[in-house]
Amino acid sequence: MSHTEDGEPLLAVDNLRTVFHSDREEIRAVDGVSFEIARGETLGIVGESGSGKSVTARSIMGLVDSPGEIREESSIRLDGRELTTLSEKQYRSVRGGDIAMVFQDPLSSLNPVYTVGNQIIEALELHRDMEGAEAKSEAIELLRAVGIPDAARRVDEFPHEFSGGMRQRAVIAMALACDPDLLICDEPTTALDVTIQAQILDLLQEIQAERDIGIMFITHDMGVIAEVADRVAVMYAGEVVERAPVEELFANPHHPYTQGLLQSIPGRNPSTDRLPTIEGDVPTPHESASYCRFVSRCPKGFDECERVHPAHVEVGDSADHTAACLLYPEDMPTDDTVTQHEENADQTGVEADEALSADDWPAAERNAGEDTSSVGSEDSDARADGGHGHSAGDSGGHRNGGDTDE
Amino acid sequence: MPGTAADTATEGTQMSESVVDTVSHQTGETLLDVQDLKTYYEDGGLLGGDPVKAVDGVSFEISRGETFGLVGESGCGKTTLGRTLIQLETATSGTVSFDGTDITELSGGDLKEWRRNAQMVFQDPESSLNDRMTVGEIIREPLDVHEQGTARERREKVRTLLDQVGLMPEHYYRYPHQFSGGQRQRIGIARALALEPEFVVLDEPVSALDVSVQAQILNLLEELQEEFGLTYLFIAHDLSVVRHICDRVGVMYLGNLMEVGPTEQLFQRPENPYTRALLSAIPEPDPTVQVDRITLPGSPPSPRDPPEGCPFATRCPVRIRPEDIDASDAVWDRIREFRDVIRERSRAEQSIGERLKERLGFDTALADSEEIVDEEFSDVDLPRDVREHVEQAATYLSDGDPDAARAYLREVFGGQCDTETPQYYDVDDGRMSFCHRHAQEHVSPGDELRRRGYDTHDG
Repeated sequence: MSHTEDGEPLLAVDNLRTVFHSDREEIRAVDGVSFEIARGETLGIVGESGSGKSVTARSIMGLVDSPGEIREESSIRLDGRELTTLSEKQYRSVRGGDIAMVFQDPLSSLNPVYTVGNQIIEALELHRDMEGAEAKSEAIELLRAVGIPDAARRVDEFPHEFSGGMRQRAVIAMALACDPDLLICDEPTTALDVTIQAQILDLLQEIQAERDIGIMFITHDMGVIAEVADRVAVMYAGEVVERAPVEELFANPHHPYTQGLLQSIPGRNPSTDRLPTIEGDVPTPHESASYCRFVSRCPKGFDECERVHPAHVEVGDSADHTAACLLYPEDMPTDDTVTQHEENADQTGVEADEALSADDWPAAERNAGEDTSSVGSEDSDARADGGHGHSAGDSGGHRNGGDTDE
Repeated sequence: MPGTAADTATEGTQMSESVVDTVSHQTGETLLDVQDLKTYYEDGGLLGGDPVKAVDGVSFEISRGETFGLVGESGCGKTTLGRTLIQLETATSGTVSFDGTDITELSGGDLKEWRRNAQMVFQDPESSLNDRMTVGEIIREPLDVHEQGTARERREKVRTLLDQVGLMPEHYYRYPHQFSGGQRQRIGIARALALEPEFVVLDEPVSALDVSVQAQILNLLEELQEEFGLTYLFIAHDLSVVRHICDRVGVMYLGNLMEVGPTEQLFQRPENPYTRALLSAIPEPDPTVQVDRITLPGSPPSPRDPPEGCPFATRCPVRIRPEDIDASDAVWDRIREFRDVIRERSRAEQSIGERLKERLGFDTALADSEEIVDEEFSDVDLPRDVREHVEQAATYLSDGDPDAARAYLREVFGGQCDTETPQYYDVDDGRMSFCHRHAQEHVSPGDELRRRGYDTHDG
């Protein structure tokens, strides 16, 4: 997929931390997530419920309300512009204007008392200064573009008169009304039947090809990911544990969590009698990670996993394939890898890339800005997480209750 | 397949034997025989109106010890069918014979007694458990209702059940909200098994769960089936789950069974056009596989107003076309879309608000028939006869009579699929498909799909 000419990605999320405060504790819903999305590219974000996928999306949309808070060390840049420092008013023009979002349940994003047309027209008035007949004919055009037949008539219908698939099309039309650069789809087809899902996935791909927008596609369905994504980030308990181009991820998963996730899909192994499972549930992280969050469920876990937080390292053959696991880099004995992850966590004030020999991150030099920065940024997460970094003081590192293992 | 499961299922005393015999759990003996079952929801409102034909003439059998899967899109009637089988809904007509007894005839004490044999696990573990009862009370409730044993025995039984579904005895006194989705579903399963039923309807038991948890529940269901010789009706829309767990599958569409047969055969060599489309629509969890998908147009019609003839006719990619019209595939596609629009309008026209508005002189956009014709057909070359027919329909439409337009289009463009209800054809060993194209005089669905440019499942 094409990247922007100047090397600046469309969206760059760096060390995003979104926490929710309650009386007793702090929930680290998103804990140091970094990724980038280029124009015309689809990044798939996959993970179980509670892994922080949706909070990541809402953070980008500026939709995190109290008691939620985006930590100040987080950075979200759209076309080079920092979003986390925007005022609510400034954000409003970004939201809907530059970034649009499609939610899982189309009924929750449509107002039942207004016609579908009125809701699209409202978006056009707000973001594109259109009015009256012009806005209405644009609304009809948009409905047509998303494959709603007889659009001229249906524009005056209410959401309840649309079928599920049509509603999701209407929501997509609303999202497109503002001509966004980035479309965030949060489980857009989960509530739909497979034949309708197929239509919506086709539609999203057409739209992307036509308008060259970047898509962040959140889903728990590995089948959908395989189909729509160019690159994939696998999330677990608020962190990205593995990222890779889609073919590479499915052919050659490295993180034990990704491996477990892929094995537990029934369709992939029709012949097996018993499905391999990942025992237990996703933990809710309350404290900064000084250990691997997956350790309580990991079939390959060992003692060190309890005390060293893994950093992302290059794995596999593909250049931009990284996993955060103490087992890697593969060609090293485990003792050495642990030391390396540990050292990496101990480094403060030094660029993470420099902390490790260039051999271990060969791709850092080879690839253009995008990969280097994504590897580097994730490593700096580890630094802060290790509890030794400059930001550790305010990142809640005092709460080592170990309650994530429950 | 011989096995002791059948005997043990009826006689709890021999249960230990079924634990030993875990290899085969199918006996081939029919447990449930469904004949021409119909369940309609009558619209008893002031205006009368057509009933919702949720299940519209379904016949199949389930053998003892097997898992029969029901798949289909939402609204196809699979849940209603499941509920009718255990008499949570009243059948409009047809029979369901369970071990030789027609249960649609049962009532009162007999029905209550029979219900011990048939239980249900519901989809949503969030809403199917009473949050104000402890887990122990929830699982014990069926035992209390059916007055099984003494209070102490019931509590003991609940503890055994908790253990069997992978929960802890101390969970007895906890409340459902203290459990995760997977654990709640385990509670639901324990409750369903409390009365030692023979037959369990599993209504989307894993669709609300994450993949890794889903696998745990599927494994549990299989273990329990082997242990207790259970017969399952497994309702799901996730086809990969069905492929994993079911012995035989029925594919439903708009209240009808489109294809029924052994799971692997059906998944590897689907025959019915709907099954083919449905299977091709599942995204493969493998990015290197290039599926040539049969993307079905539109959405399923309303079960209140199903098409005459074949229920799938409005979306079928291989619908039989009338011989007297010679048009390209592209033109036929447009004709189908045009008919969808007209059908949609005739549906919408029935709303009272619209009629009122029309009478009061508001523009209800019904008069813009030229625009629709233009929208649909502007970029294709229409043969003369087709154009004449389309214009005729447009005239009806602009006269404010979409029903007439719909009927006219059906008359001139409808083939056998629009007029005659198909019959079931034996398409493979023990597999039936509901499609006109299996008849001698027609090209088979697979060949016709290839002819129309689809790359089909069976290559």
